[in-house]
Amino acid sequence: MNPARPETTHVAVKDGQIIGTGTLCELKKWGEYKLDEQFSGKYLMPGLVEGHSHVMEGTLWRYTYCGYFDRKSPDGTLWAGLKNKEAVISRLKEAENLLEDSNAPLPGWQLDPIYFDNERLTREDLDNVSTTRAVGVLHASGHIMNVNSKALELAGMLKQGINHPGVPLGDDGLPTGELKGPDIMTPVGVFVGFDRDILACDESGLRDFGRLCVRAGVTTVTDLAARMSEEVANMMIRVTAEPSFPARVLAMRFFHGLTPDELIAHAISLRQRSTDRMRLGAIKIVADGSIQGFSARLRKPGYYNGAPNGLWYITPEHMSEIYEKALENNLLVHTHTNGDQATQLALDTLEKALKNYPARDHRFTLQHCQLADAAQFRKMAQLGMCVNLFANHHFYWGDEHYELTVGPERAEQMNACRTALDNSVPMGIHSDAPITPLGPLFTAWCAINRKTASNRILGEHERITVREALYAITLGAAYTLKLDDEIGSIEAGKCADFAVLEDDPLAATPDTIKDIRVWGTIQAGRIFSAVDI
Amino acid sequence: MTSTNNIPVSVIGGYLGSGKTTLINQLLRNADGRKLAVLVNEFGALPIDADLIEAQSDTMISISGGCVCCSYGNDLIQALLEISKLESAPDHILIESSGVALPGAIAASVSINGNFEIAGIITVVDSELILEQASNEYIGDTIERQLGDSDIVLLNKCDLVDEVHLAYLESWLVEKARYATSVRVTYASLPNSIVLQDYVRDTRKQNISFNSHTNIFESQVIEFSKEYDANIVAQKLADPEFNLLRSKGFVPTPSGLQAIQTVGRRWSVTDAPPDAKPGVVVIAEKLNSKIHSLIRIFNDE
Repeated sequence: MNPARPETTHVAVKDGQIIGTGTLCELKKWGEYKLDEQFSGKYLMPGLVEGHSHVMEGTLWRYTYCGYFDRKSPDGTLWAGLKNKEAVISRLKEAENLLEDSNAPLPGWQLDPIYFDNERLTREDLDNVSTTRAVGVLHASGHIMNVNSKALELAGMLKQGINHPGVPLGDDGLPTGELKGPDIMTPVGVFVGFDRDILACDESGLRDFGRLCVRAGVTTVTDLAARMSEEVANMMIRVTAEPSFPARVLAMRFFHGLTPDELIAHAISLRQRSTDRMRLGAIKIVADGSIQGFSARLRKPGYYNGAPNGLWYITPEHMSEIYEKALENNLLVHTHTNGDQATQLALDTLEKALKNYPARDHRFTLQHCQLADAAQFRKMAQLGMCVNLFANHHFYWGDEHYELTVGPERAEQMNACRTALDNSVPMGIHSDAPITPLGPLFTAWCAINRKTASNRILGEHERITVREALYAITLGAAYTLKLDDEIGSIEAGKCADFAVLEDDPLAATPDTIKDIRVWGTIQAGRIFSAVDI
Repeated sequence: MTSTNNIPVSVIGGYLGSGKTTLINQLLRNADGRKLAVLVNEFGALPIDADLIEAQSDTMISISGGCVCCSYGNDLIQALLEISKLESAPDHILIESSGVALPGAIAASVSINGNFEIAGIITVVDSELILEQASNEYIGDTIERQLGDSDIVLLNKCDLVDEVHLAYLESWLVEKARYATSVRVTYASLPNSIVLQDYVRDTRKQNISFNSHTNIFESQVIEFSKEYDANIVAQKLADPEFNLLRSKGFVPTPSGLQAIQTVGRRWSVTDAPPDAKPGVVVIAEKLNSKIHSLIRIFNDE
């Protein structure tokens, strides 16, 4: 990523900073040095940057993994993907056997019934795991949960006559145990062991997330979004400062539950508390819901299956006030927009706000922005916006979008990386961990190939090259975070952040890039091996 | 069948600037000894008039007359449970829903919990701006969904538009707010009893007092001369034909007295408490001839 030294043999590091790159001969003149040859057979690339993740994944790993795909936990254990309902029940039973406290709940996560032909997990299925303790499994989308009879009973919901769109009923008139949407998941979730504020991470979860970063070659990671209570902010500042903590975390303040004035004041006070490894002060807005949950806001022609348009999570007036005040106070704002109507609202709103507060280098970023079309990317470029596209989503839910949510044509255009780059919109690509696994090299593979889980190539014309993808997961993402002056490339003056790889990323083909083996990371000159983390 | 010990909950909806806050302050001012709890999504844009506030902490505002106001942030149900466990439990809870929230979804979530029952969804609209808002490309369909969820629509600021416009709005609402009775108001002012379903054991003792600028409302008591099916009575009183705002009271049935409540098109039948006396109060903006003949049918037949 450094045009003066696209490839080099040596890098000189002092006090966590790169002082030069080049040959040993070139670097010798810096003075006395210690030559560290431990990575001589390996490849150093700029530390990878994940521009959209949630550190609460670390906390989720304390619960039972029920996903369809193989996934590595923070301690490096490979959890095999569960290919059918029976396998899910059987893993939950194993976990149940290990619980000593007979009243303890049993939470599981990452269930995705679309891979089981949409066969749902019922209350009765989960009663096979336990009838005496509450059992609940969160779906991969994060928007649905299945619970057993005990959990419903504890929540006072094992009864007839419930009339709620998020609570499907069985033939017996009782809830099936499926709970759709946060309104109804939160009050039951607390009985199955999910924290009320599921966005928040805890201390050991944050440390575990740091271990996941090392395994993925990530040195800078984001937390979108956090409510950042005093307690959580103090904890995150303290834990990230521990000598063993391996990554830099940029956490964005979630806009919800505050007035714009309070939000801006809180973001400013958080910004003042930023440390080297805990970056605070940016703001995250959520404009709409999710496409697969049919809660994203779409322009015409709307959902392919005729579902009604989705939900707004903010009024246009509220968004406008936050944008204007953030521009005035030089605060970075990232806005979640899944549907193209939500994207259009953000574009219109920023265009007006910039007339009142003409900030030159605001870098307001659209997160996910999955359905944006070419005209919207052109507008983003005009307004100085950045985008962070959800490349992984294409692999995990692309088939669903093709068949059900938006139909073939728009599914082929979704997450339009090629169009973004062709229109000079600064671009990152992301995992949204824990929704999909943290791993920028895999995310790069997704954007390069646009293959879905069923091996369909969805939108060949939107594919990007290996080089472009490597840029997106380093400098591209760093730019959207206003950190491109510190990280994202290996050059003099920047942080000594590296992904240490066993294979040459520049020799990788579109197919093999996801198979590059990660040895570990170097963050600000500190060495972290994945094996020992 | 719900228990009469449940705390009634009203959801107050409406877009920004429609007059929700004014309505809530009116209700607090006229609480008349009833303990109201107000739940708002965001605390900062203080929804309570300063002169009503007695004390304030990070999580709660104490209001004169034993009322309180709390914010619910990301977990409404938890906030409801906490408020219902206060030492001095509220008689009625008002939830102010935020500008783009769907009040029907809020009501559905609240009614799942066995401790609460929905006493109505009241949507405040700005008579001057509502048509413009409903045709806005971004929020128009959300506004229409909010109206579709409503039991009562308050056509607020009706003094700012002319009679032709109001008449048009009313016919427009017949379709858009198909489960609601609409009522014209200014300064969001109307009797508390229309928003807050008073629980009255003997309806004949009930006194609906209207202050000067809200004397447009009329009420009458239905005395039943014989036994009826309470479900049929409730359904009838909720029929759009009569356009009643509210009705409540006790119906003699073959299996004893039953309590009925209606608000707009929403109706419910529950067990009556042991000391209840027969009789149902109906409230309308205007008791027209249709309502009078309905009352006569129940009273005389």
